[in-house]
Amino acid sequence: MLLEVERVASFYGGFQALFEVSVQVAEGETVAIIGANGAGKSTLLKTVVGLMARTTGTVVFDGRPLGGVPTHRRLGMGIVMVPEGRRIFPSLTVEENLQVGAHQARAGPWNVGRVLELLPALADKRRRPGTRLSGGEQQMLAIGRALMGNPRLLLLDEVSLGLAPIVVRRIYEAMPEIISSGATVVLVEQDVGQALRAADRVYCLLEGRVALQGRSAGLTRQQLSDAYFGMRA
Amino acid sequence: MTWLNDVVQGLLLGGLYALFATGLSLMFGVMRLVNLAHGDLSIVAAFIALAIVDAVPVNPLWTVLVVVPLMFGVGYLLQRGLLNFTLRGADPLPPVLVTFGLSIILQNLLLESFSADSQGLDAGRIEDASIRLSDRLAIGWFPLLTLLVAIGVLVGLQLVISRTRLGRAFRATSDDPQAARLMGIDNRHLFAVATGIALATVAVAGLFLGIRTTFTPSVGPTRLIFAFEAVIIGGLGSLWGTLLGGLVLGVAQTLGAQLSPGWGVLAGHLVFLAVLAFRPAGLLGKPVPAQ
Repeated sequence: MLLEVERVASFYGGFQALFEVSVQVAEGETVAIIGANGAGKSTLLKTVVGLMARTTGTVVFDGRPLGGVPTHRRLGMGIVMVPEGRRIFPSLTVEENLQVGAHQARAGPWNVGRVLELLPALADKRRRPGTRLSGGEQQMLAIGRALMGNPRLLLLDEVSLGLAPIVVRRIYEAMPEIISSGATVVLVEQDVGQALRAADRVYCLLEGRVALQGRSAGLTRQQLSDAYFGMRA
Repeated sequence: MTWLNDVVQGLLLGGLYALFATGLSLMFGVMRLVNLAHGDLSIVAAFIALAIVDAVPVNPLWTVLVVVPLMFGVGYLLQRGLLNFTLRGADPLPPVLVTFGLSIILQNLLLESFSADSQGLDAGRIEDASIRLSDRLAIGWFPLLTLLVAIGVLVGLQLVISRTRLGRAFRATSDDPQAARLMGIDNRHLFAVATGIALATVAVAGLFLGIRTTFTPSVGPTRLIFAFEAVIIGGLGSLWGTLLGGLVLGVAQTLGAQLSPGWGVLAGHLVFLAVLAFRPAGLLGKPVPAQ
């Protein structure tokens, strides 16, 4: 297993957002985390990159426990997150945003040239300030910036949020090449249909707990909607 | 011609103010930290230079080779060992309180070690040599050197910030510290480097101050106020603004002093207030977005 999350609980101050969550991701797999607003999807990703101040349980990456490893070191190990809301640096140009992604990067296949090849919409805008792009282009930039870190584990948080379906489709078209470059992908997605199409396996979170998990192809609509909305049969 | 002379002398004085303000501007820009011990640290640097000159008979200008790296190290350790802990929450108060305390501690340590006597650094002939441009206008070599060094430091720093990996990390962290951490940027180390650079520039400022005029352990806070005014006049977060702010403040002070000897510092304060009132973002600062 590349990533093993074992009975993890996470807290925002006194509020508990995750309860005993366990997730396993094998190398080369694409896993989607779905669930309603506030189910704890983003919290789970933040726990994996070490942005949650209070957590219990264990997160093991490639056999190494991550307890006490600060966020900036996790990038060097190959764990890279595309944060929710893209978080492009406004003072930096498109190209500089990409370069910052390589600040402490491992060696690997990605560089500015290859990222711009994958995301050609950014190529002729490389000298523009990063925030003077459309929402879709900013999302592509955020993904490109993460790729510059040569991720072994790429965490995508709400990639399609607020984007037109055609733009979302174009972003997901880049996924096969990202996966074939050797990245294992965990994506948090609001759009369940999109998540099922993109991922091999799915975890559905409900109020901070894993309500359902299984292969994308093997889950019925009824199972999904029960887990998503918390219906008991 | 005396007016022209005053403007020229003001610009030269402004170079010194810009040098003082650079580090303050950098620290605020990178980590939103207002360092109230900034002026006192420059005086610490001047006293270190004094101690070196007392021990080894060299021109104080040479001490820059020791004092600047030393103050870089002091800055790195100060940030890593103390100031980083004041930046943990969103509360702006802890860094202000801690650096205010630090300011008092430094002044008293200097007083204990060097007494309250006025001191000066003697750089020899360069101090009173000047270029005569006309009967009424002469440019001192030393003030000219100060201005050129200030411009050199600011241009160098601007190049680092706009062109290098370190500078990109500074800007990214200033924009969004949490996203910067996700890019593998270690805030604690980066902040310490920023403070190291800030104290290296303030060491140069302290050295030039010590050669230009006399100093005592208690003059740091005045230096801090001038540095503040230069930063605010020029605009927060803009190094070119800091240079301009220093020059404006220097010219305002010399012109004020020309009107009446007591009005020099006051004129500087009035320009500062006018900028705050009519252009609060500073001359070159970006307008502050309404929150």
